[in-house]
Amino acid sequence: MSDERTLDLLEAKIQELRELNKVEGLDLSAEITKLEKKLAKMRTELYANLADWERVRIARNTKRPYALDYIAEIFSGFYELHGDRMSGDDRALLTGLSELDGEKVAVIAQQKGRDPAENKERYFGMVRPQGYRKAIRMMRLAERFGFPIISLIDTPGAYPGLESEENNIGGAIAASINSMIEVSVPTIAVIIGEGGSGGAVAIGAADRLLMLENAICSVISPEGAAAILGKSKERVKEAAAALKLTAPDLLDLGVIDEVIPEPLGGAHKDLQQTASALKESIIRNLGELSQASTDSLLASRFERYRNVGRYSILSG
Amino acid sequence: MPIFKDKQYFRVNLEKEADEALWLRCKSCGELVFKRRVRENNNICPNCGEYFFLTARERVESLIDEETFEDVSKPIVADDPLGFQDEKPYPQRLEEAQEKTGLPSAIILASAKIEQMPVVLGVMEFQFIGGSMGSVMGEQICHGMEEAIRRRCAFILVSSSGGARMQEGAFALLQMVKTTAVRARLAEERLPFISVMTYPTTGGVQASIASLGDIIIAEKGAMIGFAGRRVIKETIAEELPKNFQTDTFAIEHGMIDRVVKREDLRSELATVLRFFQEGRDE
Repeated sequence: MSDERTLDLLEAKIQELRELNKVEGLDLSAEITKLEKKLAKMRTELYANLADWERVRIARNTKRPYALDYIAEIFSGFYELHGDRMSGDDRALLTGLSELDGEKVAVIAQQKGRDPAENKERYFGMVRPQGYRKAIRMMRLAERFGFPIISLIDTPGAYPGLESEENNIGGAIAASINSMIEVSVPTIAVIIGEGGSGGAVAIGAADRLLMLENAICSVISPEGAAAILGKSKERVKEAAAALKLTAPDLLDLGVIDEVIPEPLGGAHKDLQQTASALKESIIRNLGELSQASTDSLLASRFERYRNVGRYSILSG
Repeated sequence: MPIFKDKQYFRVNLEKEADEALWLRCKSCGELVFKRRVRENNNICPNCGEYFFLTARERVESLIDEETFEDVSKPIVADDPLGFQDEKPYPQRLEEAQEKTGLPSAIILASAKIEQMPVVLGVMEFQFIGGSMGSVMGEQICHGMEEAIRRRCAFILVSSSGGARMQEGAFALLQMVKTTAVRARLAEERLPFISVMTYPTTGGVQASIASLGDIIIAEKGAMIGFAGRRVIKETIAEELPKNFQTDTFAIEHGMIDRVVKREDLRSELATVLRFFQEGRDE
């Protein structure tokens, strides 16, 4: 079974042949066409039946587009607003004002780093209490001026560390969920990469919950689940499958509303294509939500979350 | 697949004692102590003052007025929506937890009185899969708050939980939102919610409903926090202070209102309830 690296190698080889093909007297077109067909076939086979663990790897792929990449493609401008007005400015959770299709919106976005320096600044996308407090600030601002909220989720989880605990990370997440529930403007959350546990839910309690095709959302990382169960780290693949964390799984379970398609191989293969599908979906969902009165918006949101869960009713 | 399908759903009976032993050995002082004396003493060792672990049943008994217990839980049991299996299937894990605790789920939900004041009281059972919050616990907590609204009384939640129940995946995660949504209704109704954090109150429970109390009281000896020591060590290898995530840590960092000894918990709850009840037009 070929993996993504084999495909990348083959693609590079084809590119070399294309270069050689430009040399006069060499005609490699037939060869190139043959290899291109082969590559397409291999790619389809690899991604058609992606194992859950493969999706986890795509969701975490460092080449994957991050929030700011989509923001640049989808919104007109992003006027970033910094700081929680209390203790700092979390660089793993960004907030700002923007326009989408001519409509003013408030954006809340989790952002990972591209290189070691940026990752140091952004804590690998792990949000600290000041990040959630900044998000709450943004929700209040959005409510005051009637801007819908678009939240882009991409975090391995809230930052687990002494600093976080000293500043009550759990309390900050709880307060953020509470604000999401109470805010009287339409809210759309999109999981674009990793939806890691409470750190994702904090800004995910929206009227619509969308997911990119290769994004994941889980109560615990597959590594964490494997560790709790006393299994060796090699058993993470099993854990990934057991947790039902992929977008198609979560759509089947009725947890999310929509899966936004990605190009074969993942969003990083074609940012524009992914961004345009994402944009279409957000605009369409926002259009639907904007039809409702504030009262019915809040009532539907309450019903949605009041009824979430699976259990059996017994008579006795 | 519902668990207990062929069994009669049982209401919680406070009189039922699972363990018939007459004597207990205190882990702290090593003395053999007469179990009835320990029970009568709030599960505190009469010899050295060490706290024995309280089951949810014992916790309820220690807090409420005698003969006022009424099980108001919904007759529901867990499903296995993911078909989750690790070294044993989730339904088997549930059944074992039910056998061990004599409870249908990880929470007892009761209507009762504390010093003659009516309350709806939810108490988590840590011995039931770590008191983890899945769909059933989320539903019972919501049902409890709605019951408090119907009865125009306060809601008290005593947490003892490792967090969201892994075996129920995203459904467990979303119970954080569900309980928060209903908690907002309780607030609209101006009915008090007292959150009591005991050993341990962590993860998705601490990061949602337990942290949203009008008043948050921690029992002395509680453990309070979001991420466990193991996770923190594995992720960032940070040295942690000795009192990390203890009651003193939580109060020093402004996470809770008060730390209360087990033997004083009932009277403290009564004090708070009385304050909120007096002068309220009903």
